[in-house]
Amino acid sequence: MEIQVHDIRKTFDGTAAALDGISLTIRSGELLALLGPSGSGKTTLLRVIAGLEFPTGGSVLFDGDDASHRTVQERNVGFVFQHYALFRHMTVLDNVGFGLAARPRANRPAKAEIRRRAEELLALVQLQGLEHRSPAQLSGGQRQRVALARALAIEPTVLLLDEPFGALDAKVRKDLRRWLRQLHDRTGHTTVFVTHDQEEALELSDRVAIINQGRLEQIGTPSEAYLRPESAFVFDFLGSTNVLPVEVRDGRAFFAGCPVPVADGIEAGDGHYTLQARPCDMMLAVDRQGPGLGGIAEMVRVSLGRVRVDMKVGGLARPIELELPMKGEGWRELQPGQSLRVRIDRYHLFAAP
Amino acid sequence: MSARAICSGWVRPSVMPGFGMTLGFTLAYLGLVVLIPLSAVMFRAAGLGWQDFLALATDSRTLAAVRLSFSTALLAAALNAVFGLLVAWVLVRYSFPGKRVLDAMVDLPFALPTAVAGIALTSLYAGNGWIGQFLEPLGIKVAYAPLGIMVALTFIGLPFVVRTIQPVLHDLDAEIEEAAATLGAGRARTFRKVILPVLSPSLLTGFALACARGVGEYGSVIFIAGNIPHVSEIAPLLIVIRLEEFNYAGATAVAAIMLAISFILLLLINLIQAWSSQRMGRA
Amino acid sequence: MRLSAPPHPTTPGLRRVSPVTERPATRWLLVVTALVFLLFFLLMPLAAVFVEALRMGIGPYFAALVDPDAIAAIKLTLLVAAISVPLNLIFGLCAAWSIAKFQFKGKSLLVTLIDLPFSVSPVIAGLIYVLLFGSSGWFGPWLAGHDIQIVFAVPGIVLATIFVTLPFVARELIPVMQQSGTDDEEAALSLGASGWRTFLKVTLPNIKWGLLYGVLLCNARAMGEFGAVSVVSGHIRSFTNTMPLHVEILYNEYNFAAAFAVASLLAVLALVTLVLKTCLEARGGPGVSSSGRP
Repeated sequence: MEIQVHDIRKTFDGTAAALDGISLTIRSGELLALLGPSGSGKTTLLRVIAGLEFPTGGSVLFDGDDASHRTVQERNVGFVFQHYALFRHMTVLDNVGFGLAARPRANRPAKAEIRRRAEELLALVQLQGLEHRSPAQLSGGQRQRVALARALAIEPTVLLLDEPFGALDAKVRKDLRRWLRQLHDRTGHTTVFVTHDQEEALELSDRVAIINQGRLEQIGTPSEAYLRPESAFVFDFLGSTNVLPVEVRDGRAFFAGCPVPVADGIEAGDGHYTLQARPCDMMLAVDRQGPGLGGIAEMVRVSLGRVRVDMKVGGLARPIELELPMKGEGWRELQPGQSLRVRIDRYHLFAAP
Repeated sequence: MSARAICSGWVRPSVMPGFGMTLGFTLAYLGLVVLIPLSAVMFRAAGLGWQDFLALATDSRTLAAVRLSFSTALLAAALNAVFGLLVAWVLVRYSFPGKRVLDAMVDLPFALPTAVAGIALTSLYAGNGWIGQFLEPLGIKVAYAPLGIMVALTFIGLPFVVRTIQPVLHDLDAEIEEAAATLGAGRARTFRKVILPVLSPSLLTGFALACARGVGEYGSVIFIAGNIPHVSEIAPLLIVIRLEEFNYAGATAVAAIMLAISFILLLLINLIQAWSSQRMGRA
Repeated sequence: MRLSAPPHPTTPGLRRVSPVTERPATRWLLVVTALVFLLFFLLMPLAAVFVEALRMGIGPYFAALVDPDAIAAIKLTLLVAAISVPLNLIFGLCAAWSIAKFQFKGKSLLVTLIDLPFSVSPVIAGLIYVLLFGSSGWFGPWLAGHDIQIVFAVPGIVLATIFVTLPFVARELIPVMQQSGTDDEEAALSLGASGWRTFLKVTLPNIKWGLLYGVLLCNARAMGEFGAVSVVSGHIRSFTNTMPLHVEILYNEYNFAAAFAVASLLAVLALVTLVLKTCLEARGGPGVSSSGRP
């Protein structure tokens, strides 16, 4: 099932647009992450696709068919809610069988068949033996899997998951993440999940759609998004960065009049830019007298597997953060208060705001 | 003060002052005002002897009165369960002009003295009243008939049902309704299979509370009931009549039966609540 | 696909109904049914009180209110409330303090016992005092010997009123005090405040709205109680008649306009109570419980 989201707009009464003209295509069988900070509109988009929310404008196409006139019941989407929304008065088995039992009489399976299908799905999500428990008696991870089995029971055209791991603790999260990926590879459902966790999105998905303030910033594979960010927001959102306002003249970048030493030449035309670089892409210039961005070391800390240095640079409000490899050189002698110089190995230039 | 209590281990030690004094006063007051006087009824009933008690309790007028009180209270509570649910639903889910005023007005039966409610309802449903004048020609007699008792008890019981359902309905997670919708369930099915089961403990509690109140209700009923022995004479009224006849034994017997009904209902309410909290879990 | 197309206009029609509500027609039907029910069972009885009271005109209305018997009934009602409400306030504070701030065995039983008067018929509440203090009651002969009258006199009315209104303040205060915990009080005590001072300066400000709420409901019931008071009063005009009893007497004498005139005063009291209650609920927020029972 391919889903096309075309120019979706959504405004809630009296507030700024929650979705401001989003268009994207969800390919059949892929696992797509909708990634964005809280309040970016990603959950709203998911709910619009499901038919739980109606857009102010735009359309959603399921395999080319406009779904605008179809109610949520008719769309046949599997939706897993952030807090699972299990029916607490029903057993696990009845929860999973609910969707089949709710079908119109004409194509409702027999009771025994519903039961068999529900048991099959519980086996798929590895919850055999818990059929007659009530949701209150399950752990968070188990509830999550019941919710997934319940959504899969209706043989959905698309599986939509809202912050699927948001309510779980860190350990369970990692296990479930891997497990969900395997499940997806096995069943092949077109799947969309919403998350605010960059690592989760990058590790789990086939493609990532990054959303900010109701707009689509970028859509692509995790490595495309990470290595070739199309906007300052995407780069910033996918990890910590150092931000340096620079002026480019004749293929060279200047910060406060001094040249900024970058690994390769700059291809951008003359003008003002924002240079962004990850802490791990900043290198200590061992030769302290050579070219480099100069500053004063504020803090030097050895942390897990690397060395963190904060460097105060005149004219910048925030210190430049460096992450140096343990086996690198030059950091052992470094003391707070000393001056140092850095080179920038990898960077991105974005038009100045 | 509570050194002895701490030694005996029934109270957890605390730096907070005043335990002995406040608990002592609470127990003394409760004992003097409620427990000792109530036990007087039980002692009196026990003092009657089994034979006499049975004779008084199975007197046909007594039985008729208790049956009437109980059945009208049950019916009124059932009516309130339906309309109370509807009123709570409308007040929580929809917005319409005058909603806040109506929400506040639901407590009127709590606040309005029962005697006032009684004479007001009587004047409405009497043959020449605003409502009675339309019902009488249809052959429906409300005032001075058992139907009138039901009307009065419905008035009295309404807030019990509405106010127990309202908070539960208000806190009901919208996600479970959305979940039902994504699974293909229509609105009616969602209501029957998802919403109603969640509401049912509070609905039952409200029903039982309204019923308990209805069984013992006196003020609002006696004006509208007509008070004909065996037909429209409620149990509390029979107690009053026996007292006025200085037939204390008779009054005590009826009171003992009613207390027993009250305690059973109270027990039932506690069981419902224990059952629902167990079933719903704490998740 | 025309990517340059303008935003699609919202498609009108039934499909736009949110999946967690009903169709407009259903909603409309439900609201109207509820309104009709409330009209018949709440608004019309209330309106009837005032219409019947003014049926004979303004003159007889006020005449009924300034009648000496009516004045006596109003005075007695105020007296009974003035005694029973403060007593139950003190009881409520003590009960809530010991239950909410301490852990001890038998606590839930105590809470159930405090609620007991709500489950007992008001007539039985009156009966128990007749059985204790009436002429053939346990203490009857002794009281007669010392010429003390409790039943069929003011003390009996006060006792019966205390019984039926006993739980109001306590049941409002217990959850409020439990919610606020003991941290604030322990902080005050550790700073050297005395127990009494801690209560006045720390606890009381925390529970004041809940306290007012309980007192309000307690007072409304104390002034309006009919069944229990009726049993112990003996219906002696000008001496043991409260306002609700006076209403009954006038009504049974077919003096309907006067009965409804006095009743209208009680109805106004009920309306004032409702308004204040709504204000307190808005003010107290989560602190004021809106528990299901009266």
